[in-house]
Amino acid sequence: MKLDIRLPIGLIFILIGAIIAIYGLTSNPEIYKRSLDININLWWGIVMFLFGVFMLLLAWRASRRSA
Amino acid sequence: MQQIQLGAIDYVVLGVYFAFVLGIGFWLKRFMKTSTDFFLSGRSIPAWIAGLAFISANLGAQEVIGMAASGAKYGIMTSHFYWVGAIPAMVFVGIFMMPFYYGSKARSVPEYLKLRFDEKTRAFNAVSFAVMTVFSSGISMHVLAKLLEQILGFNYNLCILVSAAIVLAYIFMGGLTSAIYNEVLQFFLIVLGFLPLVFLGLKSVGGWEGLVRKLSVVAVSPDNPAGKTFSAGAWTQSWANMNSSAANPMGVEWFGMVMGLGFVLSFGYWCTDFLVVQRAMAADSMSAARRTPLIAAIPKMLFPALVILPGMIAIALQHQTGNFLPKDSNGSVDYNMTVPVMLAKFLPSGILGVGITALMASFMSGMAGNVTAFNTVWTYDIYQSYIRPGQPDRHYLRMGHIITIVGILFSIACAYAARSFDNIMDMLQLVFGFVNAPLFATFLLGMFWRRATGHGAFFGLLGGTLAATLHHGLTLPAGAAAGIKGGWLAALVAGNVLHTYPVEMAQNFWAAIYAWTTCFVTTIVISLLTRQKRTVDQLRGLVYSLTPRIKDDKTLRWYQQPVTLGIIVLAAAVVLNIIFW
Repeated sequence: MKLDIRLPIGLIFILIGAIIAIYGLTSNPEIYKRSLDININLWWGIVMFLFGVFMLLLAWRASRRSA
Repeated sequence: MQQIQLGAIDYVVLGVYFAFVLGIGFWLKRFMKTSTDFFLSGRSIPAWIAGLAFISANLGAQEVIGMAASGAKYGIMTSHFYWVGAIPAMVFVGIFMMPFYYGSKARSVPEYLKLRFDEKTRAFNAVSFAVMTVFSSGISMHVLAKLLEQILGFNYNLCILVSAAIVLAYIFMGGLTSAIYNEVLQFFLIVLGFLPLVFLGLKSVGGWEGLVRKLSVVAVSPDNPAGKTFSAGAWTQSWANMNSSAANPMGVEWFGMVMGLGFVLSFGYWCTDFLVVQRAMAADSMSAARRTPLIAAIPKMLFPALVILPGMIAIALQHQTGNFLPKDSNGSVDYNMTVPVMLAKFLPSGILGVGITALMASFMSGMAGNVTAFNTVWTYDIYQSYIRPGQPDRHYLRMGHIITIVGILFSIACAYAARSFDNIMDMLQLVFGFVNAPLFATFLLGMFWRRATGHGAFFGLLGGTLAATLHHGLTLPAGAAAGIKGGWLAALVAGNVLHTYPVEMAQNFWAAIYAWTTCFVTTIVISLLTRQKRTVDQLRGLVYSLTPRIKDDKTLRWYQQPVTLGIIVLAAAVVLNIIFW
């Protein structure tokens, strides 16, 4: 394949996940009243980040197999 | 409603998304060498990518907004649009129809009609489809711009311009491959962007049990969206109240729903609409093409949790507080605001940006799907067939680029038309409904009955379209005045409509049933009266009885075999129906 789509998907989720998680650590806890006092930025940021890593792993494995 | 305030962090997320979407288009630009690369991705897309693009192209903004609104109005019965109105047809197109679409090497659905029937059948389908896709992409552009104006205070013109420019840029650069890759990216964004909303919403009403309890109160109160009382499970049981159209908020009975939605409308859309079929045609092998709709069926089956559930949560909260959802200009509850209200209510800055990005992604993927289908049908089925045949491939590749721009410009015009004249869009969608309803009968006979002729197919389609038009002109949904809702013919001639349906949806389902039956019978009768002009050799690969059976691909594992996968998917859909019966 010309471009493994898992590469950009992995990257965008690592990036957005990291941004959101870091924002979750630094933001004012007041704003989490909305999300039932759960720091949804931190937790969901981590989930998205891990999903991105998983996608990159899949892409890396595929490129090793074809190489 | 109160506007949502986006913080700097939300704009950062949006910016990252736009950068990636454009980056993918830019990266793919250098691979667009031939028209096949541009329009068909060089038939090189693996099954799982084609499958996710298949479902993402179908998942327009209207679906996210509309299905959440239906979830509020009708509750879990909305799942019929998925577990009855999508999955069986998706399995059918993958297992039974894809061998002819992919095997015939047709480059589009209209081109299949030409190979199987004749020029006029193809022209009829190509022209109506091309016009329809441009209008759909214009309408989704309008819906999104209006929504962003309403909830974020963005400038309408700017929204139209920016979204059109981005979709144009990535399709112009990377053609169908770019559209497909972005659809896969958007698929994951939509899922991961809406999941926290569902999670928080469900938690706030006390989980699924809490939601069922709250919705049973809604169902027995006359103060619900339908305005009358039902049995307690009306919002949380998908089948239990379908014996009569008066017993459920959707206002349909099971036969009209199963035949109209589950058979005619659903098979007509999933099996013949080039917008989705194009994704499967781009797959890298026959077995990948067949697996494309089957792989797509798996997320499709689970989407109710993502799009219907927020609507059900919203109606529970609306009933509790009375002012959870905003009112529209007529003073009635505006169910189309369900998703934006939920986003504003539960998501703090940061994750809110991801949610808004998901909303935009759903819109962009739907719009790009329409544009890529449009430029292919225009270039291959109209331009190359009737305007300038016999040009070198480079010429058609350039045409593809030009028509992408033209298509987007037309879409913009349609978006503004939709903004100014609400009724024009309703009317157009109505007319397209008339043209589309009978289509599946033509394909069914074309693929499985070798005697079906070109004249039969063409006049069958015309007859079916006419039947849908007549049905609409002679019937009305309860409480509506003659006009765009129907009954205009009756008003013109006799005065009384022949039949009054409890709701508009029931009218649509039955219109589809009549159109399909008329097309089916007309095609058979006229085929028997006319001579088959296609020889046995010409029909090989296009008709079931003349096509060699596909052997199992030995390189695939057992669960990757299309038939096995299809059975698994169907069984899962049955289980879901039973769980939420």
